[in-house]
Amino acid sequence: MTKEYKELAVAALRSGTVIDHIPSHNLFKAVKILGIEKMDRAVTIGNNLESSRLGTKGIIKVADVEFDEQVINRIAIIAPHAKINIIRNYEVAEKRPVRLADTIVGIVRCPNPKCITNNEPMKTHFDVTSRQDDDVTLRCRYCGHTVESSEAIIE
Amino acid sequence: MNKRSLVSIDDISREEIIDLLRRAQYFEANPTHKLLDGKVVATLFFEPSTRTRLSFETAVNRLGGRVIGFSDAATSSSSKGETLKDTIKMVSNYVDLIIMRHYLEGAARYATEVTDVPIINAGDGANQHPSQTLLDLYSIYKTQGTLYDLNITMVGDLKYGRTVHSLLMAMKYFRPTFHFVACDELRMPSQYKELCDSCGIKYYEHHDFSADVIGAADILYMTRVQRERFSDLLEYERVKNLYTLRRSMLEGSKPNLRVLHPLPRVNEIDQDVDESEKAYYFEQARGGLFARQAIICRALGIDTPTLTTSIES
Repeated sequence: MTKEYKELAVAALRSGTVIDHIPSHNLFKAVKILGIEKMDRAVTIGNNLESSRLGTKGIIKVADVEFDEQVINRIAIIAPHAKINIIRNYEVAEKRPVRLADTIVGIVRCPNPKCITNNEPMKTHFDVTSRQDDDVTLRCRYCGHTVESSEAIIE
Repeated sequence: MNKRSLVSIDDISREEIIDLLRRAQYFEANPTHKLLDGKVVATLFFEPSTRTRLSFETAVNRLGGRVIGFSDAATSSSSKGETLKDTIKMVSNYVDLIIMRHYLEGAARYATEVTDVPIINAGDGANQHPSQTLLDLYSIYKTQGTLYDLNITMVGDLKYGRTVHSLLMAMKYFRPTFHFVACDELRMPSQYKELCDSCGIKYYEHHDFSADVIGAADILYMTRVQRERFSDLLEYERVKNLYTLRRSMLEGSKPNLRVLHPLPRVNEIDQDVDESEKAYYFEQARGGLFARQAIICRALGIDTPTLTTSIES
């Protein structure tokens, strides 16, 4: 049943973007990071779908929108194995993984309440200090505190 | 952003550290030198700090510059809700250099991003305080004649004490051997021990502030054990006097041993140690003036003469 729904849903998109293989527990964070709540195009969101790799996964489809690569790569922090499918005229025109940049600006909140970023109207700035499978370690450029991506609070 | 800003000791190389110490040596020999004639320096102290502020302001005055600023955030427009960015941008219109202390961590780094005026970090919360580290290095160099191959024993609060962390990071260039003396609650955090491992620096951890540990030391770096750091007050009562240095404990120590402390001292160094020739903490604070004169000149791009003494190994 789940599989049928998924195939049907993907096939139904004439053009736009399908973001697949998002861990279920981070689906809505991805929605938030990409600003999908504010979009006026047709959006379909599926969650807790079967996935051989992730157990369960989430999927987002946005009609008639192709995201800028830099923008879409921002979800790599919470969905390192996500796959981006660009659909044009019912065909998958492009398929690529997301890639986490070496610096992350303005998505993750610093866990240190005494950090300047939690007290000034400013963007956070993290450097990726290590990448191990699903978990990456981020270091705040301002206060030096580190945070694991799995525990990162999304702004 | 101004490249001559000093936010963290990690921002400067070994060569720059040595260059600053040489300049400090020059200022010790020539403390009053009007290199800052016509310059205006702001000291923005969003958090009060008597020693650091007086030392920086004295440094500017001895260099012939003028100082404006505030010593407490309550008397600044931040108490009206002005952002740090706005305060820095406004003050940048008036001055050649900003020296700032802030209670929030990362404040100085952020300030460098919103202005082209050089920033000197005079302490940002529990994060960085690079001028303290430079004056510590200056004291070590002055008392030992070298920075290389020394036995440095750090005592007390090694977990929260930012001065010991910064000193450790700066000493990594000079082949030290560290001894860390602390109770379990205040041990040196693993990230700094890992840094030692990655740099090939030997270190030893001790619970006991024993005669053997003191006997091996070239530098005893004492820190304050603060009651508020303990989750268990019984534990505080148990350990608070274990890491107190008394004059009798210096018997049998090396002749070149010197006792350093970032101050303020409470009871971790007994008053009777003050009379010992090995007590160096007040001279250490005096050296802070010269180190800060050197830092100020570097930030303003003012070339200063250096004495020719070699600091290299």
